[in-house]
Amino acid sequence: MRTQVSSAPLLRGNGLGAVRGERVLFRDVSIAANPGELILLRGANGSGKTTLLRQLAGLSEAQAGTIERTGLHHWIGHTNGLKAHETPRSHLRHWASVWGSARDIDTILREIGLQRPANVPCRMLSAGQKRRTALARLALEDRNLWLLDEPFNALDTDGQKLLVARIEAHRAAGGAVIAALHGTSPIKADREVTL
Amino acid sequence: MTASPLLSAFRSSLSEAWASGAGLLLPLGFFAGTATMVPFTLGSEAELLSRVGPGILWLALALSSMVTLERVFQADLQDGALDLWLQDSGSISLIAAIKTLTHWLVSGFPLVLLTPLIGFMLGVPSEKMIPAMLGYAMGGLVFFLWGGVAAALSASVSRAGLLIALIALPLYVPALIFGVQMVEGGLDSPSFLFLSACTLFALGVAPAAMGAALRLAAE
Repeated sequence: MRTQVSSAPLLRGNGLGAVRGERVLFRDVSIAANPGELILLRGANGSGKTTLLRQLAGLSEAQAGTIERTGLHHWIGHTNGLKAHETPRSHLRHWASVWGSARDIDTILREIGLQRPANVPCRMLSAGQKRRTALARLALEDRNLWLLDEPFNALDTDGQKLLVARIEAHRAAGGAVIAALHGTSPIKADREVTL
Repeated sequence: MTASPLLSAFRSSLSEAWASGAGLLLPLGFFAGTATMVPFTLGSEAELLSRVGPGILWLALALSSMVTLERVFQADLQDGALDLWLQDSGSISLIAAIKTLTHWLVSGFPLVLLTPLIGFMLGVPSEKMIPAMLGYAMGGLVFFLWGGVAAALSASVSRAGLLIALIALPLYVPALIFGVQMVEGGLDSPSFLFLSACTLFALGVAPAAMGAALRLAAE
């Protein structure tokens, strides 16, 4: 269901701003994610990367400015969305049924390197394995826009390579990615928005 | 929104409840415990107990409905599942309603099934048992729905138990009044209709309130 032909932005935010208490976190931030683009949100801790990303995702109300969305997006927050009792398999099966996806869960698990701990409850998984489980949701359904909050957190070198490859494939297929990231980026971005 | 997200929410709430293990039995133990303490505090005269029995059971039901409410939405907020629900599933209100109803099914409905046993112990006359059980089922639903609203409102507060009680208990009062009267008057009494009205009102309003509260909590 990808809309490859159109080159209009998949998401556009104009003049966004956020206030925390008495402090202006950021103001007048404009951002447009065109098909095939990777946009990184950069900034020091506490500069509002996550806040901006949550505004773009519609989880927080934009305190200033407007946001235009064109369709559904994938959200990977800094929390993984996993329950302690869920296994990677049951987590993916759950969201597959919520989203009406018919993808093969076993293939998705194998491709993201989770075939071994597929049936282990998440409370016994390592941080990296939990992150992989969350990222595996990206493969459940094709959505043009991915919003990722510190996606490389807790991933090992293999995991990072895997995610870079995923993002590149997604961009090649006409998708866009907006990711909040601190530190050195393992992937080259089209644009960086510094807060 | 199709039925499959709702069905998935129901299934995941069930497995969440199942995974909580003995926590599942907490309201049941609280309910039975409260009710069985009554003869020790009021004395064991059969006439007195059979008179206050239904009221005591209502009280025990109202209090035990609150035991596990704290975790219903708080866990979702903390682990990020709420963010995922809010992304696309059109109506968070329906999801919240399903979660609350599942919670009632798991923690509230067993109390109704336990009622005859404890009612018998307190000497509640057997002809009052059926209206009483129907009343507890409906009243319990009201309690869990308003309790769910309180839980959603305080989802971002740690140690929210007291806050939930403060928000929810005043909302319990109408159902409590009509519920106790209904046990006296039976199914023909106007109190039964009023209790039904309370239940329908809660079913209609509480989900929207929960949805709004959860959106606010995720901010």
